[in-house]
Amino acid sequence: MGTHNHTHNFNQQFEFTGKAKTWSLIAIIIGVVAIAYGFLFDHSEHHAERTFANLLLMGYYFTCVCAAGAFFLALQFVAQAGWSAGLLRIPQAFARVLPIASVVLIVIIIAGLYSHNLYHHWNQEGIAQEGHPNYDYLIAQKASFLNAPFFIGRQIIFLGVYSIFALLLAKYSYNEDTVGGLSNYHKSFKISAIFLVIFGFTTPIWSFDTIMSLEAHWFSTMFGWYNFAAMWVSGLCAITLTVILLKKAGYLSWVNSNHLHDLGKFIFAFSIFWTYVWFAQFLLIWYANMPEETVYFYLRWEPEYKPWFWLNIIMNFLAPVLILMTRDSKRQMSVMTFVCIFLLCGHWLDYYMMVMPGTVESHRTFGITEIGIALGFAGLFTFLMLSKLAQKPLVAKNHPFLDESLHHHI
Amino acid sequence: MSNTKYILGHFEDPDVMMHGIEKLQENNIKIYDVYTPMPIHGIEDKLGIKRSRLPIAAFCFGTTGLLLGFSMIYYMLVYDWPMNIGGKPPFAMPDFVPVCFELTILFASYGMMFTFFYANHFFPGRAPRVMDLRATNDRFVIAIDAKTNPYPDKINSLLNEAGAIEILHNERKYVSYE
Repeated sequence: MGTHNHTHNFNQQFEFTGKAKTWSLIAIIIGVVAIAYGFLFDHSEHHAERTFANLLLMGYYFTCVCAAGAFFLALQFVAQAGWSAGLLRIPQAFARVLPIASVVLIVIIIAGLYSHNLYHHWNQEGIAQEGHPNYDYLIAQKASFLNAPFFIGRQIIFLGVYSIFALLLAKYSYNEDTVGGLSNYHKSFKISAIFLVIFGFTTPIWSFDTIMSLEAHWFSTMFGWYNFAAMWVSGLCAITLTVILLKKAGYLSWVNSNHLHDLGKFIFAFSIFWTYVWFAQFLLIWYANMPEETVYFYLRWEPEYKPWFWLNIIMNFLAPVLILMTRDSKRQMSVMTFVCIFLLCGHWLDYYMMVMPGTVESHRTFGITEIGIALGFAGLFTFLMLSKLAQKPLVAKNHPFLDESLHHHI
Repeated sequence: MSNTKYILGHFEDPDVMMHGIEKLQENNIKIYDVYTPMPIHGIEDKLGIKRSRLPIAAFCFGTTGLLLGFSMIYYMLVYDWPMNIGGKPPFAMPDFVPVCFELTILFASYGMMFTFFYANHFFPGRAPRVMDLRATNDRFVIAIDAKTNPYPDKINSLLNEAGAIEILHNERKYVSYE
């Protein structure tokens, strides 16, 4: 128990100053320098392609984490969950960054498409034209779906719709702060239900487009769920890490180890879910052994990728399962901090394994461009998310289930 | 000395009962157990009840299932009757995963269930033992071992003060359903 006698300051607001601001700005500068290095000063053969692959990776990761924030909000409203009421402002801040993340991702995609550094498997001159030297029968069959204008249109529509719902959910919550009552909660419930249906049907297509079409000859229906699992785990880790760091900085007095425990259970469960879909995709392809399917894993079993391929499973499955299995480790901030950072790195590697073999292929590298761009986007995310967080109080004080969250006990 | 074995204090309200527990503990009266018709948050901490060791049992059963599943399929497909399935080697690890996974779950869940039944004496044909039938209906019951707490009058008055609506001095530990 222990929450009964505390008094909490529900008007508490996060102040975005000091170390957090300095370091996120430094990270952004590192990112900009790394991008400039990748395009201008790196004279290796595939430098532009490599930089674009990294930009796509991090742009996608960034958007996914923000979308996971919106998904978290919608899920809590639809489930009418009470435990999370005290920490909803954090995924809300994620959701409010989603429009910016979407714009960044769309800019990267458009630039990559038109400079022919991304999606060259299906986006080439005359690839769908019979008799042209670039003609590819398989791609020509898919050309009515995989063509640049429709592709960009889909990206804009999907991300636009997600962003609108994310902003609406945030808006209702802020209205609730001033007006009180249940009307905003009911509205949130309704649009959350609509959002979840749209999100559930479109995220697989979105990931087919953004990531799977990098290797357009290959396809897998598991890919959408696999990407969803990666998105959700990394989003949960980012939410948990933000909660822990805020708590260490002296905020969020109403969040305790019980809330942390629930977040830990989420991370534990969805790490297993991620492995489940990863393995379901792998096992069937490995077992059936059909060349058009195995090409995907064949590339990833080349010597450049194989160690990373196995490391991916160890980092994203074995580590969280073994570390988070006991109750105590889910309730300790230090263990959870470690697991969250570890999994965020692990899912970077996961996305790396999805993107790189289809873009830079055997010219795999890991150096300034990779680390710099990853740091840059992490800084950008931290900076934007914390500035959004600092604009409003840290708790939705009129949330109907806030009291339940304060007395949450497991 | 009387023949009273257990003193039962009946309460109608969980908060009043929780207060009663505090009151008894302040007076160094050891509580044998508390029976309630519904779960009450925080009561385990208050009574100093240790956490269940069921998860440890589940982990052991799960590991057993994993090892057993692995040994079984290894014996069948590698040692006893190697088969060529789709040109794969007999020891094809990815094929083993679903079997090991399912047996882990099977053993963990059934093992946990039977451990729970064993620990709580749920056997077929066994009449459940209850100290007071109304604790399964509408009363919150604090049970105190009268043999180890020798001042029944003091306990009576403490329970009365705390708001108990009925106090029973039972000479038998359990009542039966008959």
